[in-house]
Formats: sequence, structure tokens, C-alpha cells
Amino acid sequence: MAKQQTLAISKRKTGLRKRAVRSFRKHWQFYLLIIPPVLYFIIFKYIPMFGSIIAFKDYSVVQGILGSPWAGFKYFKMFFDNPMAWSLIKNTMVLSLYHIAVSFPLPIILALALNEIRQGIFKRSVQMITYAPYFISTVVLVSMIIMLTSPRLGIFNHILEALGFHSINFMGEPGMFRSIYVWSDVWQNTGYSAVVYLAALAGIDPALYEAAKMDGASRFQKIIHVDLPGILPAMTIILILTVGNLMAVGFEKIYLLQNPLNLSASEVLATYVYKMGLLNANFSFATAIGLFNSVVNLILILFANVLAKRISGNSLW
Amino acid sequence: MTAKKSTIKDTFGDKVFLTVIYIFLILVILVILYPLIYIVSSSFSSPLAVSSGKVWLWPVHFSLEGYKAVFNNSQVIVGYANSLFYTFFGTLISVTLTVLFAYPLSRKSFFGRGPLMFFILFTMLFSGGLIPEYLIVKDLHMLDTRWAMLIPKAIAVWQVIIARTFFQTSIPDELVEASEMDGCSDLRFLMSIVIPLSKPIIAVLVLMYAVFQWNSYFDAMIYLKSESLFPLQVVLRNILIVNTTSSAGMDAGKMMELKQLADLMKYSLIVVASIPVLIIYPFVQRHFMKGVMIGSIKG
Repeated sequence: MAKQQTLAISKRKTGLRKRAVRSFRKHWQFYLLIIPPVLYFIIFKYIPMFGSIIAFKDYSVVQGILGSPWAGFKYFKMFFDNPMAWSLIKNTMVLSLYHIAVSFPLPIILALALNEIRQGIFKRSVQMITYAPYFISTVVLVSMIIMLTSPRLGIFNHILEALGFHSINFMGEPGMFRSIYVWSDVWQNTGYSAVVYLAALAGIDPALYEAAKMDGASRFQKIIHVDLPGILPAMTIILILTVGNLMAVGFEKIYLLQNPLNLSASEVLATYVYKMGLLNANFSFATAIGLFNSVVNLILILFANVLAKRISGNSLW
Repeated sequence: MTAKKSTIKDTFGDKVFLTVIYIFLILVILVILYPLIYIVSSSFSSPLAVSSGKVWLWPVHFSLEGYKAVFNNSQVIVGYANSLFYTFFGTLISVTLTVLFAYPLSRKSFFGRGPLMFFILFTMLFSGGLIPEYLIVKDLHMLDTRWAMLIPKAIAVWQVIIARTFFQTSIPDELVEASEMDGCSDLRFLMSIVIPLSKPIIAVLVLMYAVFQWNSYFDAMIYLKSESLFPLQVVLRNILIVNTTSSAGMDAGKMMELKQLADLMKYSLIVVASIPVLIIYPFVQRHFMKGVMIGSIKG
């Protein structure tokens, strides 16, 4: 029995080797082609992964990554002993959860609404217009936010004043920061995110709609009983990916939106890493925080994937 | 299709529901369009009209002062030229590398594609982080050179997956086998058959990488020091967000006027910076949708 098994394994092994040799001989050009992209991934992705060991070292530019002396968990301790740490983690989590709570359901609603209306100019215009802000750069978007909400010039405050309210310095209020970040993101990305769901909706079997109509289902009932189950796999996958990025909030935009007045709400892990590492040159300390962030993300995505598999049977792998 | 059929015997409830949907979508359009129209209208108004808040929807006291100020700014012109350079060469490098990787990965006869897929997918799950990535660019002596804008972000894993899915579904194995029979090498097959057959996906890749390059500012901010290398987005950030216009040592009236012009110029600058993307947008829109859809087939 055991002998048979080892025989089978060794047979498979030689089969594998044979296939490998045949593939190398026949398709050697493929292996040549992938050298530049593989080198790219090694140099710009895998070496930095290895380089994050400087989180456990006293990195100095002169001694390099390998030559610098080990420091153990010194920098992690330094981070968690700092009261700042918890406010950074809190800011990151709250912003992320707020963002998910709003930006996960809205594209689904938009896609379902678009799916109900007839093919034609109106539908195409809605799609084209909702999709357009996706192409605006972060710098331009943030400039627009700052200009539109400015206390002196901004149209938002002109409207408030016209309605008899006092003007608000939106960018200077820590309490407003999260809403500005989340709702401007909704404005920019909802149309783009809806495309995935529209594709999933287009793939639903028309026979299901026929059957629902025969049973006298209303439009709303069809959405609940046909559309939603039809896009459930897409929803699950997008939710897993979103949860996996829980701690990786849109750093570039937050950094641009920051000012000294809203810092108490807008300082998140990623912006702190940037300031500590590149502006203050505390490479090891910043890398330790960044590594903590990456590891939490990795755990979250693995956890979300397992959970999704259990509950809905859909998963990333 | 389903919507058309069911309108014939829509019940009263369905009609109400559909009306609500139309109203909702019209509101969505208004919310998205209003800020855009407001910015464009302001950019064509007079400095005084903008700073006194007279603009609500359409341009007030039509003028091109803002645009004149933009095109008199040498920083903006240099930034524009740099951005065109980075966008053109960055896209060329990115698309080439992506196709080189995606095509072998799409062939079943290519031994090792499973591990290689894992090799690239893993980089989506875990990354070294900002500092180690910065250090490698530094060690390669790319800091403050144009290479720093072209190489470190050259390949996006997502685009490799999209291209691979396209090759898998639209270049059948039979075609490859037939050409092998005729003694066509893999390289020749790629150059003279796959690429001509893959124009739609190459268009998608070009557009996605080009928009990404045109819009990115962060790499330029951390890797570049010389102003002569700055792309447009960094120039924009300095003018629009950090506010580096100096107004020291001027009399009050002159300063007021300059301040108004500076305010107006911001609106014009936003329009000018977004023009390349806005011009290509209607043409690329459909391709972009296709890209997202291909990507979503097998994520």
C-alpha cells in the first residue's frame, strides 16, 4: 500500500520533471520574455518585503540593511508605549469603517437602479456622468474640496449664508474631516465601482426574470429575489478586498487633506509613517509601524476570506 | 430588455417605484455635475466676480484672465511638459512589461504558471511598505532622476491579471498549436499574431496606465527634489494646496488685485490640468468599462 503510494508519488514527480523539461525546451522563449517583469517584482516588491526587517534593527544608512545591528522589538515597543499610537490606530479604523459602511452599499444601489431603467440615452448619460469623476486626480479633487468649502470663497458657505446659516470652516473642523473624506470619495468613485455590479447583473439568466414575472413579482421583489442573489458573489469578493484594506486607507488623499487644524482626526498610521520615516529619517521606527499595518491587513484579509467561504461559499481562493 | 417587456403591464406600484428610481438618478447626476460646472464657470469669470461670490452656475463677466495667468506661469508649463514625458514613456514601459508577463502566464503549456501567479498575487496581499520601497529606489541611485517616475510603479498586478484573462479567452490554444506545427516560434507568434489580435486589451492597458501616470503625485513628491523634474500634479499641489504664492512687500490695492487673480487662476488651473483626461474620456469610457468587466470575470 505504502509502496504503491510512494511509487505513485515518484511517478508523478518524474512526470512533473518531464513536463518541466519539455516546457523549458519547447517554450524557452517564454522564460526569456518573463525575465524583465520577474526582475521587476523581485527588485521592487520582494526585496522591500525582505527590507522590512529593518523594523527589528537599528538601521543606519552607512551600514545598510544587512550590516545594521539588531534591535529586537525596540521600535514596536516605542510605538505602542506612545499614547499617540492608540489615537493613530483609532483614527485609521474609524475612518475605514465609516468609509466601508458608506462606499460598499452605494455602488450596489446605483447599479440596481441603473439596471431597472430602459437602455437608451438617459441610461448611457447617467453611466458616463457618474463614471467621469474617477478620472480626476487626487490633487485636483482635494483642491476642489478646499476651494468649494473655503469660508471666504466656497460655494458651500455661500449656500449656507444664503439660507441664513453661519459659514463653517469645513477644513478646519476635526469633526468634519471624516465626512469630507468619505463623501468626496463617494462622489468620485461610486460610478466606477458600480460597473462591476452592472457586469454581474448583465450576467443573470433572463429565465429567472421570466419566472419571477410569471409569479407576479413586483419590480422591487425582483430586485430582492433575483438581482441581489445574482450579484452576491461579486459583493462578497469586493467586501473581502475592502476588509483586507481596512488599515490601508487612501493615504495620498488624506495627506493632501491634512492641515494643522484637523490633524487630531486626520493623522492616520500611513501619514505618520511617511512623516516619521521620510521627513524625520527615523527609518526603523517608521518601518516598524508600517510592518504592523501590513501584517494586520494580511490577517484581516485571510480572516475575511475564511469567513466568506463559511457563510456564502464565495472566496478569493 | 427585461425592463422594456415589463413596462407593458407595470402595476401602479411598479410605476411609482420606477418614478422614484428616475428621480434618484437625476439627483445623482445633479450632485456629480454641479461642482464640475461650477469650477468651469468660475474659471471663465472675472477675478472680481469669483472673489465676491457672484458665480452660482454660469460664468459671470466672462473673461480669460485666469487662463492668461495659468499660461504665464513657467512652473505650469514645465510641469505640463514633464507630465507628458512621464505619461508617454511610463505607459510604454508599463504596457510592454505587462504584456511580456501576461502572455506566457495565459498559456497552459507554460510550465510554472501556477507558482508565478502566486508570486505576483502575493504582492497584492503583503508589501514591504513605504520606507523599504523608498530605500531600494535610493540604493539604485534613482532618487531625483526621471527613472524614479518610470520604473518603481511600472507593473500593476491588476493589469497583468486583466491582460492574462483576455489572452486566455481570445487566443485559443488551437491557434497556438497550429502555428507551432508550421514552425512559428513563441516570440514570433506573440509579435505577429497575438498583439495584432489584442488591440482592445492593449488599448485598455494604455489608457489605465496613462491615466494613472498623469494623475500620480506621491512618487514625485517623495523621489524628486529638482523643480525642473516635477510633473504637473506636484506643481498643482504647490500652487493649489500648499499655496506658495508670495505677496510680501506690495501695497494693499495691488495685493488685493493679485489675490483675486490668484484665486481665479486656481479654477483655470484645475480645468487646464484635467483637459487631457477630459478630451480622451468619451473615447476611452467604453474601453475602461470593458477592462473592469474582464477583470471582474476572474478576480
